Amino acid sequence: MPAYITKRLLMSIFTLWLVATLTFALMFMVPGGPFLAEKAPSEATLKALNQKYGLDQPKIVQYKNYMIKFLQGDMGVSLKQRGRTVSSIIFTGFKVSARVGGLGILLALLIGIPLGSIAALNRGKWIDNVIVVFSTAGIAVPSFVVSTVLMLIFSVKLDLLPTYGLTSWEHYIMPVIALSLYPASYISRLMRTSMLEVLGQDYMRTARAKGLSQFKMLFKHALRNAILPVVTYLGPLLAYTLTGSFVVEKIFTIPGLGSEFISSIVNRDYTMIMGTTIFLAALIIIMNLLVDIAYKIIDPRIQFK
Amino acid sequence: MKHVNNKLSLQLDVSDFLPAGQEEKQSLVIMRESVSFWRDGVRRFKKNKIAMASLTVVIIILIFAFILPAFYPYSYEQQIRGSENLAPMQYSQQELELKASGVKVFPHILGTDSLGRDTMIRLMFGSRISLLVGLVASVLVLIIGSVYGSIAGYFGGKVDMVMMRIVDIIYTVPDILIIILLMVTLKYPLEDLANNVPGFGWINTIGVGLICIFIVFSLLYWVGMARIVRSQILSLKEQEFVTAAKALGASHGRIIRKHLLINSMGALIVTTTLQIPSAIFTESFLSFIGIGVAAPMPSLGSMASDAIGGIQSYPYRLLAPAIMISLIILSFNLLGDGLRDAFDPKLKD
Repeated sequence: MPAYITKRLLMSIFTLWLVATLTFALMFMVPGGPFLAEKAPSEATLKALNQKYGLDQPKIVQYKNYMIKFLQGDMGVSLKQRGRTVSSIIFTGFKVSARVGGLGILLALLIGIPLGSIAALNRGKWIDNVIVVFSTAGIAVPSFVVSTVLMLIFSVKLDLLPTYGLTSWEHYIMPVIALSLYPASYISRLMRTSMLEVLGQDYMRTARAKGLSQFKMLFKHALRNAILPVVTYLGPLLAYTLTGSFVVEKIFTIPGLGSEFISSIVNRDYTMIMGTTIFLAALIIIMNLLVDIAYKIIDPRIQFK
Repeated sequence: MKHVNNKLSLQLDVSDFLPAGQEEKQSLVIMRESVSFWRDGVRRFKKNKIAMASLTVVIIILIFAFILPAFYPYSYEQQIRGSENLAPMQYSQQELELKASGVKVFPHILGTDSLGRDTMIRLMFGSRISLLVGLVASVLVLIIGSVYGSIAGYFGGKVDMVMMRIVDIIYTVPDILIIILLMVTLKYPLEDLANNVPGFGWINTIGVGLICIFIVFSLLYWVGMARIVRSQILSLKEQEFVTAAKALGASHGRIIRKHLLINSMGALIVTTTLQIPSAIFTESFLSFIGIGVAAPMPSLGSMASDAIGGIQSYPYRLLAPAIMISLIILSFNLLGDGLRDAFDPKLKD
């Protein structure tokens, strides 16, 4: 077990370094720079700016400087949003994104797990069919479609919910639903298959033969085993929520990390690109690592290799 | 009659030479023709109503996207002056005058956008782009993944270990971040290549955005395919027919191509089909956030994105691409599920 964790940890660090290096290399392949706005600054100003942020040095030196500073915990200052450090921008953006995304993930789990279980318990009945149809349709609808259609119905036609910003609880409703529809459908499908498998196992028959109540049988025996695939899905789920947040934040004009990431690329804000990419990549990689480790702890049948 | 136990004995057993009885003959009659793997799969697929329905929908969408535009009187980039912002089936003033004078004017079935472009033809081309991305990306993923996976699985040992470590690392790379970065950066060298290097002009005809998407998908998405192919090959290569082929002197390449990959065809087809909707999904996402296919080429994602601005006045402009993209992904998902149930029931998770 410790050997496994060490190995995975080392691999994660390597992946993270790879992503950072790749991002650094790709970033400078794009023509243009952070200081070339519509009103181009004079030659001298440009030179001074480049010098100030160390952009005049050879790329390899910049890379070395960035990495050393990064390891010391300093991600630098934003080149575009003057006077703000990258870490403070990421922190503010992440707080917003995490709230919306976290609620989305929570909602997906709260909808998906019960729906999948109900479908499996009523296999072949109408309720199972309804759930299967809805979850199959749910995984086919991209989050931008859900967001825009929700907006069309609830804001434009019915005028019930606000379309942009994030100032009251009503603002959360549409983004959270838009983010959770796909994962909720996916989880309910996962849950249904694994629940069906568990219900067919011998120990479930034993439990029934022992005379356990339906409730105890479901919650003590079936659910605990059937939920395992959902645990493995948590890693990809986070990555998906992130992707969804790029879109959802754009549609509902939410000042989150997703929109910071996109705008940093558009603006060639080099330090911001590096900062957000490394932060988001680390988030996903760490989450995947934790899920893998948790999975092996929860399910002792899986061997360490 | 004395039964001969010793197999090496040369003594003949007369009972072996008696004419076969009626019962023995009966056992040799072929009751049902033996069914090949493919026939069996096709039979199972045809029985599956949902799969057949989704296949029909896929075919209809293919006709809609690839054949119908040839007969459509408008083109996707044609800006019809005076026909801006028409509602579905609405005619502009000029067109009404033309109609009155007896000229046949083809209706704008889904209306026009703010630049006077017919929405229906843009929807067709958008679907075409989505389908092209899905199909081409999946084939690229299939080629790269199966070559890589089969080499790793077949040779095993150190080769396998090194190759699969690389796969593991790419697998843990958060794809969407790298895809966005690559989409933005690749555009410039590709444009450069297309405009300045002779022999690469074809890049412009296909479109830099599309080429970018193909490259990015084939760089990142083959790892899933490689893993599946490897696991197939790992179990297949221990079987007797591979030993037989080796004994007959077949080369490694031949064994992989003619024996191992052919036998894992079921898994390959299913995985490739299920790759299509996921590629379409990603493409529409990229186009929606504005870094996919470049204008004026329409994509379902960019059409939906354009429609948001006018959502108050022209909600139908949003619904058309939204329904289309969902329909495409849904039908390919169901088709893939059906193929999996028919050809590779083991893959079901």
